[in-house]
Order: sequence, then C-alpha cells, then structure tokens
Amino acid sequence: MLRIKNLEAGYGKLRVLKRISLHVNPGEIVTLIGANGAGKTTLLSTITGLVRATAGEIVLKGQNIETLKAEKIVFRGCSLVPEGRQVFATMSVRENLVLGSYVQHRQGKEQLREGIEYIYDLFPVLRERKAQLAGTLSGGEQQMLAMGRALMAKPALIMLDEPSTGLAPLVVKNIFRIIERLREEGNTVLLIEQNAKAALKVADRGYVLETGKIILEGQADELLANRDVQRAYLGRDVKEN
Amino acid sequence: MTLELFSQYLLAGVTYGIIYAIVGIGFNIIYNTTGIINFAQGEFVMLGGMTAISLTQWLPLPLAIGAAVVVVMLIGALVEILFIRWLDRPSVLRMIIITIGISILIREAALHIWGDGVRSLPYFAGNEITTIQVLGARVSPQVLWVIGVCAVMVLALSLFFKYTLQGKKMQACAANRMAATLCGISTKNMVTLSFMLSAGIGALAGCVMSPITYTQYDIGTGLAIKGFTVAILGGLGSSMAAVTAGLLLGLIEAFSVSVVPLAFQDAIAITLLLAILFFRPHGLFGSKDAAGLKEF
Ligand SMILES: Nc1ncnc2c1ncn2[C@@H]1O[C@H](COP(=O)(O)OP(=O)(O)OP(=O)(O)O)[C@@H](O)[C@H]1O
Ligand SMILES: [Mg+2]
Repeated sequence: MLRIKNLEAGYGKLRVLKRISLHVNPGEIVTLIGANGAGKTTLLSTITGLVRATAGEIVLKGQNIETLKAEKIVFRGCSLVPEGRQVFATMSVRENLVLGSYVQHRQGKEQLREGIEYIYDLFPVLRERKAQLAGTLSGGEQQMLAMGRALMAKPALIMLDEPSTGLAPLVVKNIFRIIERLREEGNTVLLIEQNAKAALKVADRGYVLETGKIILEGQADELLANRDVQRAYLGRDVKEN
Repeated sequence: MTLELFSQYLLAGVTYGIIYAIVGIGFNIIYNTTGIINFAQGEFVMLGGMTAISLTQWLPLPLAIGAAVVVVMLIGALVEILFIRWLDRPSVLRMIIITIGISILIREAALHIWGDGVRSLPYFAGNEITTIQVLGARVSPQVLWVIGVCAVMVLALSLFFKYTLQGKKMQACAANRMAATLCGISTKNMVTLSFMLSAGIGALAGCVMSPITYTQYDIGTGLAIKGFTVAILGGLGSSMAAVTAGLLLGLIEAFSVSVVPLAFQDAIAITLLLAILFFRPHGLFGSKDAAGLKEF
C-alpha cells in the first residue's frame, strides 16, 4: 500500500527526518510511536505533501507521490486526520463531511448520502449534531468529525495523528473501537499515538521513531514485550493511567 | 426637512451605501480566503467603468458591460498570479505594501491609457434629465439600476457561498487552509478565484454607477477607503454585515450634507474609520474573540 524509502525532510535548514524507511501493507494497522518532537507529525505531513521531501521515495499503491502537490495526493487515496482537530469551524457538521467527500465529487448524490449515513453510523453523535457549527462541538466530537471527514474521501490509506490526545478515557476507548472497526472493514490505517500501549494493542505492526530515525520495528506484540519500548514509552503510560 | 428632501437624501444614501457595500464585500472575499487586505479593490471598480466606456465604441451597452466585467476578472486573476501566488506565507505588512503598489500601478496605467478626463457610461434608461418619482422624490432611474444590480449581486453572492461547491470550497479555505488542502482543495486556485470574484463585482458596480458618479482614473482610492471603512465597520469578513455597514455609511454621508458643508463629506468616512479602529477594532457587529484571531 505505502512504501517509504530513505525519506528525508525538514523545515528550512532543520533536518527532522533522517533516512526513514517503512511500509504499510493493505488491510494493516501500523502504528508509529515516539517521543514529543521525534518527527511523527513531520513524517505524516511529508507523506501528504504538506512538507516537501528533500530526498527519498514515497510510493503509494505502486506510484511515486513525493513530488505531487498535497491536494493531488488526497486524490490518490491517502487521507490524513491532522493533529489537533482541524475542522472547518465556521461550517456545519454536514458541510464538513460534504467537503471531505470533495475528492469523490463526481459521485452521484445517492452515494454522497450513503457516505454520510455511513459516517453517522460510525459516530452517532454527529448525526444528532449535523446542523451544528463544527467550531461549537466538544473536543471529542470535533475529533470524530475530523475522522469522519477524512473517511468521506473513501481513502485507501487513512493516517491518524494522535486521535486520542486530550480526550476523556471513555471517548478514547470509543476512538480505538472505531479504528478496529475500520480494520475489520478492510481499511488500512497508519496510526500515531502518544498512548503507545493502546496503539500497540490495536496495531498489527509498529515502528519506533526517535529524533527522526526509526530505531525499532516489529510486530505489535513483540514491541509491547520489548524492554526498551516498555521503559521509554510504556512505563510512562502505566504511571499516567 | 421636507419629506421630499428626506427621500432625496435617503435614496442618495442607499445608492452610495450599496456601492460601498460592494467594495467592502470585495475586501471581505479576498480577506476571507487569504487574510490579505487588497487595497487595489477600488481600482477594479474604476477599471470596470473605464473598460466598459471604451468598449461602448464597438459594442452595445449590455455587451460592453459584460465584456468589461470579464476583462476585469481576468485582470484580477492576473494580478493574483503575478504578485500574490508565488509568495510563501508573506507578512501582513508586506501584503499591504504589495497591494498598495498594485493599486498605484493600475492607476498609473489607467492614466496612461485613458488620460485624466472625466468619463461616463450613458444612462441605462432615458438620459440625464429623465426622472421618476420614488417616495415623493424625483430621481434618475439610474439610481434604481444601481440599487437593483448591487442588491442582486449581494443576493447572488450569498447563494453562491451557501449552495455551490465552489462557494463551499472558498469558505473551507477561509475556515482552515490546511484542512482544505487535506480535502483535496487547491487553496491557490481558490485565492485566484477570490480575486476574480472581487474584481468582477467591483467592475459591475463600477459600470452601473458610472452614469451618475462618473469615472476617472483615480476614483479607486476614495472608494477603497470607503469600502475598507465599511469592511472594518462590519467586522472584517462578514458580507451581510458589510451591507448594513455600507448602507449606514452611505446614509450618514447623505444626511450629513444638511449639517456640514459638502466638502467635508469625505472626511466623515475617515473619521468614522479612525473612531472604529480606536474604539471597536472588531467592528460594530463582529465579535471580540474573532478580532483576537486576526493577524493585526
Ligand atoms: N513548522 C515547523 N517549522 C519548523 N520546525 C518545525 C515545524 N514543525 C515541527 N518542527 C520541528 O520539527 C521537529 C519534529 O516535530 P514534529 O511535530 O514532527 O514532532 P512530533 O513527533 O509530531 O511531536 P508531538 O508528539 O509533540 O506531536 C520538532 O523539533 C519541531 O520543533
Ligand atoms: Mg505531532
């Protein structure tokens, strides 16, 4: 599905990503864990084209996308739910979803309606609030809307950047349940999480990113059992919970 | 004040007010998609009038106006592509200087092409002495043309933003540029579109007002100040508030004639602008929180 080879990227003179290689197979949930500032968001931004790669390759469904513009990459079937719930605050919930389906705008009205119904099914609270302005939703509802909007594009690969940050435990649980449901329905997910334990529990495989380099990769259960990972990323989790 | 005089002032106020509103909406459309205050907004109005006047030599009036609007829209797009598009996250100050530069450029080009003479389009119906009775006042039918056409433009714009995909895409860009990009919307194209749209409504307003207000190469500056006042008064970004604010400014100007000498009329807008910037920078109707989010 997605294959990244020796990817480098940064901001101006600052090199953030250093020779990153990773891949995501169809139907998999892959998680990327790492401390604050490790470059996780930068990696997703580079895949979506918001940040330019300075070297290396990004191959999506067999095609190189590293030189495409961000708005074109979405059309290739890769959607990002960005960090920090970037909803269209001045527009209604339904309008947000309709805009999410923009890459599918040649589809009929009927498919659009079905797509929206599917999202309302995943997140019933959005149905209740469909006419409300997105900016007036609660943080959790906004996160669900951001996920729903990305799913409206019917992406082959959906990337989630810290979907559970700042949410109550019950809402976090719900979000992870939905990520699992996405996999059951055959979606491919690349998940970034601070909550490494929860992420590794739903994921098939994982990568550990440290100061812009991948220092560890493996099956999710192996990583969960790994001593270094436990000390660096899971220990803190245990204390916090 | 007699009823007739009152109606006369009222209609004059509404006529000018709705023109200011259109210029103010032009500011808002570009501001919303880019965060830029385009000080060349008044020049679009001038260009619309001037181009249409020149085209009437070869074309019948409606066609000349239609063609002028299209030409000015293309100029708007060209301005954006040449001067704005390639900038990467410019500062507000830099943008202001650039748009003022563009306005000077257009004005000088207009002086070169059309000279400094005062021109005007013919009246759409009748001639300069034709009058009709409205609310007890005798006014030129052109007044109704101005009010009607501008009102239709306001309505069409609000329908455009509410119901069309293009309108929604522009709104999305205004709300969150990054999220719009992630939905597959080309924000650069939306910015070009916003310049075209602002140029187009400005040009059309410039055409309908030309018979009564006349057109000269330098009318843009004054209109830009009025339009900017209206946009700020309405709390930058809101089109409906701009209409209210435009009518308010138009009426204040019109009725002030009975109190202060005509020569001071233009000073009123400036005074009002300064007063708002000092006391209510978020506009009469805008909210304080929204103002806090703006860059300046
Ligand atoms: N727009 C930017 N301009 C300059 N530097 C940036 C920018 N965005 C991020 N950085 C820097 O790049 C590095 C990696 O940031 P990034 O946001 O990718 O980290 P992250 O792993 O997502 O962290 P977090 O877990 O806190 O979200 C940081 O040192 C950060 O300061
Ligand atoms: Mg991050």
